[in-house]
Amino acid sequence: MKIADKFEELDNKNEAALITYICAGDPDIESTKDIVYALEKGGADIIELGLPFSDPVADGPIIQAASVRAIQNGMNTDSYFRLLEDIETDIPLVCMTYYNLVYARGIKDFVSDCAKSGVSGIIIPDLPVDEAGDLIRESQKKGIANIFMVTPNTPAYRIEKVSQNTTGFIYVVPRMGVTGNKSELGNSLKKQLDGIKSDKPKAVGFGISTKEQVEEAVNDGADGVIVGSALVNIIASGDNVLEKIESLTRDLKRGCLKKGIN
Amino acid sequence: MKGYYGKYGGQFVPELLMPALEELDREYEKMRSDKKFIDELDYLLRDFGGRPTPLYHAPNLSQKYGIKIYLKREDLVHGGAHKLNNALGQALLAKHMGKKRIVAETGAGQHGTATAMAAARLGMEATVYMGAKDVERQKMNVYRMELMGTEVIPVESGSKTLKDAINEAMRDWVTNVKDTHYLIGSVVGPHPYPMIVRDFQSVIGKETRQQILEKEGDLPDSIVACAGGGSNAMGIFYPFLEDDVDLFAVEAGGKELKEGPTVAYHSASLCEGKEGVLHGAHTKVLQNKDGQILESTSISAGLDYAGVGPELAYLVNIGRLKPRYITDELAVNAFNELSRKEGIIPALESSHAVGYVIENAKSGELGDTVIINLSGRGDKDLESLIKRRDENENC
Repeated sequence: MKIADKFEELDNKNEAALITYICAGDPDIESTKDIVYALEKGGADIIELGLPFSDPVADGPIIQAASVRAIQNGMNTDSYFRLLEDIETDIPLVCMTYYNLVYARGIKDFVSDCAKSGVSGIIIPDLPVDEAGDLIRESQKKGIANIFMVTPNTPAYRIEKVSQNTTGFIYVVPRMGVTGNKSELGNSLKKQLDGIKSDKPKAVGFGISTKEQVEEAVNDGADGVIVGSALVNIIASGDNVLEKIESLTRDLKRGCLKKGIN
Repeated sequence: MKGYYGKYGGQFVPELLMPALEELDREYEKMRSDKKFIDELDYLLRDFGGRPTPLYHAPNLSQKYGIKIYLKREDLVHGGAHKLNNALGQALLAKHMGKKRIVAETGAGQHGTATAMAAARLGMEATVYMGAKDVERQKMNVYRMELMGTEVIPVESGSKTLKDAINEAMRDWVTNVKDTHYLIGSVVGPHPYPMIVRDFQSVIGKETRQQILEKEGDLPDSIVACAGGGSNAMGIFYPFLEDDVDLFAVEAGGKELKEGPTVAYHSASLCEGKEGVLHGAHTKVLQNKDGQILESTSISAGLDYAGVGPELAYLVNIGRLKPRYITDELAVNAFNELSRKEGIIPALESSHAVGYVIENAKSGELGDTVIINLSGRGDKDLESLIKRRDENENC
């Protein structure tokens, strides 16, 4: 399913999208499949599957540790695409990784493997839109979305550039820093979202871990929210993982129901 | 294209950093031709840093190896290495940009020390990230940084060396970019860093050019510098790029020029690296077939890095720069040789350049007159060398 169609479907139901992130291969390749199904059962609308990189500069300690676990347990680019082919789901899957892994496989081959294994979109946090020409061209050919980020310090002219080149959704980062669940959202999110003049859906990620934060982001105008570290933390604990993942996801999804109609 | 050297370079960073890089580029373009800024930096380099450094004819080495060997004495710069040239330049630039705080990475601790000195002198707050493994092997530099009021944070992730220190410094910068300048210590990272660091370091080459013309009435046949990230190499090479002078970048050959699934037993990215993107730049990178970065290896913490400056990668590709390597063992031999023959104890990093010259002086490759960039002094390495000696004796 295309990401844009998913957002349209949710919009018709007056819901925001719950986008969940986990690191593929954490703690091992087999479990990832079950975790994806638990996310789906809990009501995730889109799932980001991280392809772990040795040097994830945009990630905080939680996702760094997950990447280390996954790589140590055998996750690599080949097994990543095999895993994706194995996963049977109707909800859109998004590949999140760092540029060197895409570059090493060859941009064309990487995108083509994404398409073959059912990936709907690609996020590369260390690839700003300025350097993404080749990736965008290849992705367009294969009908895969490219998701770019807007941060609190992104000036208007760059927002425009991001908006023009993003397909799928704009990844809105509400604070400065790396991934991880700390900080409150604060009262600047609404202003930030209002400042992003774009007809593309806006999903807020980095630092969101509770239903309350999800509600807040949705009230401020987010079309979707992205939750990662809170889920990865559950996986790291190793305790009742599938049950807890499903239940947190369900709880977070409740925060996505827009007030007034539902 | 801006920020590119051929196909190398670029700005592969999170969106959060793009405005900061654009600001840095803009401000640097303004300052590089600002007379007041230039005068202030010149003054600091001279009276605080001890420049110009001598170009020294090493008579005993020259006699033994049969070619004329000159040493550019960057070991005499305040702090004991060339790193201050760049640290002072960037700290001054950051201050003009209104930044209050500096973050930096360090490998051997020389760049961290230079950053600590510049920050103390200019009244700025400084935090230095250093791989836990390097903290262990360069204790004295940690103490020096702390003495000058810099906070040193050991990095426990990854290979616990320079690469991981850069990751962590970037994460700090991403979080505090508003009032913080990231003072990168080498010609690596996203544009405009490779250019800025090269420009501030090229004071080495400018002085060298003038000095060799005064002493020899002619340019040298070759210049040899060690290269990890490559800042001392770019610094001395840059003013000679258009000349008929052979340039050699000597990388750390470590134990041997081999690679395992997650480890390279060397740090020779120019010799052995594949095309890739690391720390914001397209360059030559030690990596596995998937693109995962390998842990590099070298006896010298300052050369122990899986990437290399994009401009060096470019100069190698067009054939202007010859990449070479020297193993740990040969570097230690050179360390001993220079100490004994000339009474100069070189840094282990610079010992790689010295090692290349003494190993190849008789091959004819270097010509009759060679300049070695003696990028730093070796005091910082004594402790780990004593440990190595004791371990070898116990074997």
